[in-house]
Amino acid sequence: MMGIVAYLVFFAIVVLIFGVATLGLNLQWGTTGLFNAGVVGFYGVGGYTQAILTAPGRPELLGNLGLPWLVGIAGAMAASAIAAAIVGVATVRLRGDYLAIATFGIAVALQLVALNWERLTGGSLGLTSIPRPLASVFEEPLSYDLFYLCLMLAIAGTVYVALERIVRSPWGRVLKAVREDETAAVALGKDARRFRLQAFVLGSTVIGLAGALYVSFIGFVSPFDFVPIITFQIWTMLIVGGSGNNKGALLGVLIVWGLWTASGTLISKLVPAAFQTQGGAVQAILIGLVLVVTLLFKPRGLIGEEPVVSRHLG
Amino acid sequence: MHREAGKTLLAQAVADGLLTGAILALGALGVSLSLQILRFANFSHAELLTWGAYIALTFTTFATAGTPIGPLSFGWQLLLAVVVAGAATGLVALAVDRLVFNQLRARHAHNLTMVFASFGVALILRNLVLLLWGPDAHYYSDELQIAVEVLPGIRLLPDQVFVLALTLVLVLALHLVLRLSRLGMAMRAMAESPALARVCGIETEKAIRWTWIASGMLAAAGGVFLGLTVQLRPDMGFNLLLAIFTAAILGGTGSLFGAVIGGLAVGLAENLSVLIIPSGYKAAVPFMLLMLVLYFRPQGLFGAADRAAT
Repeated sequence: MMGIVAYLVFFAIVVLIFGVATLGLNLQWGTTGLFNAGVVGFYGVGGYTQAILTAPGRPELLGNLGLPWLVGIAGAMAASAIAAAIVGVATVRLRGDYLAIATFGIAVALQLVALNWERLTGGSLGLTSIPRPLASVFEEPLSYDLFYLCLMLAIAGTVYVALERIVRSPWGRVLKAVREDETAAVALGKDARRFRLQAFVLGSTVIGLAGALYVSFIGFVSPFDFVPIITFQIWTMLIVGGSGNNKGALLGVLIVWGLWTASGTLISKLVPAAFQTQGGAVQAILIGLVLVVTLLFKPRGLIGEEPVVSRHLG
Repeated sequence: MHREAGKTLLAQAVADGLLTGAILALGALGVSLSLQILRFANFSHAELLTWGAYIALTFTTFATAGTPIGPLSFGWQLLLAVVVAGAATGLVALAVDRLVFNQLRARHAHNLTMVFASFGVALILRNLVLLLWGPDAHYYSDELQIAVEVLPGIRLLPDQVFVLALTLVLVLALHLVLRLSRLGMAMRAMAESPALARVCGIETEKAIRWTWIASGMLAAAGGVFLGLTVQLRPDMGFNLLLAIFTAAILGGTGSLFGAVIGGLAVGLAENLSVLIIPSGYKAAVPFMLLMLVLYFRPQGLFGAADRAAT
């Protein structure tokens, strides 16, 4: 019984971490129509920055500065913002799929940095014993997980409320206007490129925050925690739930992550050990099908974007 | 003596770069066609290279082994396999269009929705290869080849020379089709303006179908060549995706020879980079090139300025 409770708590924490990342992506894609094909890159920058800033020092490493947890979180968000600005400045003025290609590229390049810059990232072994916030206060692993769950609820709740307010603010309305009809928005004096860049950087910052929260929960980081399929999972969560709707984004996380872990457990039980790679392939095909079928038959997702009409017309 | 060794190293990197570049060019042509005519960045394109390579592998295991042609490591059956794989991969591309992209076009989906879907298609295609052919590396031939000195200091495998030559032939053939045939004219008209092309009575769906078939065939050739000079793995195409996109954008979408030059430039840059940076970062070179192009010349080396703008 306790096993199930412990698992559910763990599951809920992971869902909330992915939830934060999906909310960040929703600001980019759902609200502004920006295609980020390198979600995992920004998620990874956040995670690695958290590790490099807060992990206890080791002589052979450049980083591992042993700074407080909150400094790590702030640094992780800043680093993701900088990475986003580097690709964003070059691509916001170009056609939409160039941003997709550039973000895909930065994710590939960052994966290589994580693997090869051993003095900073620990190479393929990664970094370990990354401090978890207030870890010394709790003795039981379960009570710690419950604490982290509360922490995640608070953070995800804050991000949710903040993004809801932002999207409904005048600034958020411009983002939607740029998405719907850029020419009209520009004609009304809005600098579409600047708004796109701001939305892209802010969304990536939130995704970086999610990466930092993941790493400070798990306690270690390696290049294999940030594989390309994570980009895909986060997208599928958003598209299935309903892009443009933050509630939909969170619902999508729950459904897709549930489906992913359930199919993973099922495959590991049913498929003999020698064919586990093929089992993983079936899982990946499944999630690919979920995305394509949703795009084809329910492009608005389960809860789509709410139509907004000006209150002056109502 | 030291300087001599350095020169040889440089010359060898140039030769290897040209070879990688030829394979990238075959992939970049398809990406370039789809950016122009289908009007979206097709992230599933690199999987067609993988499919081509594996289809050729299956064909060669069924075809009776021919004796190697001259100094090459393979016999006539691999040449035939290129043709068979090209046709079959063209059909795979067509099937993907029918099942997914054509449906989205019919619903007037945004072109970024197509990009989204192409990611899903890529994941499905890549993992189907893993399911059908397994995760292990494969080779077309167990023959060991001895590199021959084509120029002083530059050693190439005979297979590599063959790959370079055949790439040039394929590019020339595509160029002639696009310039001289009615179909090619229809495809170019689509690239200019789909709406105008439709008004002029061009069968746009036919032009789109042939765009898929042509890019599938070129990708298959690239895939077989990649398998011939390296090995076959389920992620062989995916690992080239960034380099292929960079080649297409660097060359400038809108120009076939641009895509070829782009491919060669990326291949050369990758292979020359190992002379100055650790080889672990080799795969990041396309990204650096991509950022340079996007910052300073987003229309590419040979592209028209308006193509890249929003």
